[in-house]
Amino acid sequence: MSNGDLIHIVSYQEITERRRRLGHLIIRGSFAVLLLVLGAQVLQAVGVWGFGFKNWQLTGVAWVAWCVCLCVGQVLIRGEQGKRILFVLPAALFVVSLTVIPLLLGIGIAFTDWNLSSFEGPKFAGLGNIERMLQDSFYWNALRNMVFYTAGVLVEYAIAFGLALLLSAQIRARRFFRVAFLLPLMLSPVAVGWMIGKSMLEFRFGPISNLARLLGWQEPAFFAASPDIARVSMELLDAWIFIPFIMIMLLAGLQALPTEVIEAARVDGASAWQTFRKVIFPLMLPVSLTAIIVRIIFKLKLADIVITITAGGPGGATDTVTSFIFREYKDRSNVGYGTLLALFYLIVIVIGLTGLIRGLSRWMRPYS
Amino acid sequence: MTQAIFRDSDVDLRFKAKWWSSRALIYGLLILWTIVALFPIFWVITTSFKTAPDVMQGKIIPFLDYQPAWLGWRSLGLSPDTIGFGSTVRDQFLTRFSNSLVISLSASALATMLGSTTGYGLSRFGYKFGYMKNADISFFFISQLILPPVVLALPFLVFYRELALIDTHIGLILIYTLTVLPIVIWIMRDQFMSIPSELEEAAMVDGEGVWGAFFRIILPIALPGMIAAFVLSLVLTWNEYVFAVLLTAINTITLPVLVASQTGSNGINWWGMAAVSFAAILPLIIVAVLLERFIVRGMSAGAVK
Repeated sequence: MSNGDLIHIVSYQEITERRRRLGHLIIRGSFAVLLLVLGAQVLQAVGVWGFGFKNWQLTGVAWVAWCVCLCVGQVLIRGEQGKRILFVLPAALFVVSLTVIPLLLGIGIAFTDWNLSSFEGPKFAGLGNIERMLQDSFYWNALRNMVFYTAGVLVEYAIAFGLALLLSAQIRARRFFRVAFLLPLMLSPVAVGWMIGKSMLEFRFGPISNLARLLGWQEPAFFAASPDIARVSMELLDAWIFIPFIMIMLLAGLQALPTEVIEAARVDGASAWQTFRKVIFPLMLPVSLTAIIVRIIFKLKLADIVITITAGGPGGATDTVTSFIFREYKDRSNVGYGTLLALFYLIVIVIGLTGLIRGLSRWMRPYS
Repeated sequence: MTQAIFRDSDVDLRFKAKWWSSRALIYGLLILWTIVALFPIFWVITTSFKTAPDVMQGKIIPFLDYQPAWLGWRSLGLSPDTIGFGSTVRDQFLTRFSNSLVISLSASALATMLGSTTGYGLSRFGYKFGYMKNADISFFFISQLILPPVVLALPFLVFYRELALIDTHIGLILIYTLTVLPIVIWIMRDQFMSIPSELEEAAMVDGEGVWGAFFRIILPIALPGMIAAFVLSLVLTWNEYVFAVLLTAINTITLPVLVASQTGSNGINWWGMAAVSFAAILPLIIVAVLLERFIVRGMSAGAVK
């Protein structure tokens, strides 16, 4: 256990046999209670015995109690080591309780036909949902849209890099500009969806539509007519929200750059563009990749503005996977199919991101 | 033969012109993007004071183009002439507002607590859980970040229904804590790694336990990082929409859900929508202006190594 500790403490603490036994008793006892409650509820669910439970809340409470006892027991049994485990254990139990259990549950749900709004329970559907997914052109369309949106991250990155360079130049009122540039990220995407997507882009009186008319676009319909324009508009709106995010990360990277290298480049007579291209950009590569990957992770969750502005339209042109599944549930209450789509999406994301990160790290360090 | 020695050569003059033009370009771009970033906020504030004709004619500048009215705020029961009277709309709005406040503050606080201890443990001690060592445990926590909300949302619907947690504050607080925890752990681990461990060793020589040293010595030093993590969590949880709309029904509707639910119904009440939207974004605008330093710090954690 003590391998890799940064703090080396030699503490003499004798743990009495009674204390150790008490610890084991607490953990095992609470686990037995958990099993008992769970067993009783399962018996009722299967229909063997009616205990009169309305829901599974009691099992939940027993689970929480077991988690607490597990933590307390660690300290009782292991003393000093137990106190160290206590730093990580609560969060680990929390995450396991709230992701692993629902995910396992989700895998079960994914293979059922289950309409939550009807009184019928889940019906086992076997591979029916998978077959349906393979033929669901709207879902594949949403996945294709995600590729487009993800590619948009590169444009966001370019703009954010420009803004970060501007902010790191010798300027006055730097704090004012930084706060102003940061603000879009703070705003609720739903409210942004309304105030920009619905109001400022309004065909008749929206200020941006008026500007577009002034610039010669006679029919400024951003979300209504052309699928391509709608998709690009949606991407621009999302870019507006998240460019500050990339910008701040890049700004931190720029401020941490070694100034000597840049000065040396200047002394050697490099022009501003050469300094950027040959010195700043390569040095910023690690930060850039982190920023892009984190941004892609957030991009893959894109939904709120799509749900608020277009609900995926016109004809699914702006749909994201999240907004599609969201509507699939909202309109048809089909939990089983929706969950399968979501899990498939998760698999695609995990494979895609792992491949991306592997590829990038190999590219960054070709010889290691 | 005589020649002026001290004069601006052509090269210097050209340099000066170049300097001025680059200044102009930099400030021009800065101001342009400031307008891009701030105009929508200006638009939502002014729209909440417009009347129907002002909206329809696309008026922009208050007092010059049109005379501001309290229309939007009256429809929320928050204008000067309605604030003294009872108003169901206002009560409803205030309930949503306090729901948002309670849920996002509690979730952020819980996540910051759990995340700080975890980040500290992972930065100081070597754990081994089965085949999982520290790097794997960190990866386990941080990789939760890639879980898209929909993957959890539908199973949670079923899960929460069985546990009677749908439409409760606790339910939303738990799931929000879960979604921001990876970010908090990321920031805090980074933060603690930058604090030398000799500090705790000194405290422990003086007789503090592990937890005593953590609370009394390390936490005060790591406070800026904790504030950063807390504020970032606050931003994410305050604005969250997908879970909020799926897992709430009546009692715990949050502000984003309220904003979204207003869009379709009874034509579009532009001024009222603007007022609600503005109320939804105002708290975070204040937070951003006051705590910008911490937000920047939180987001740049892990970016620079």
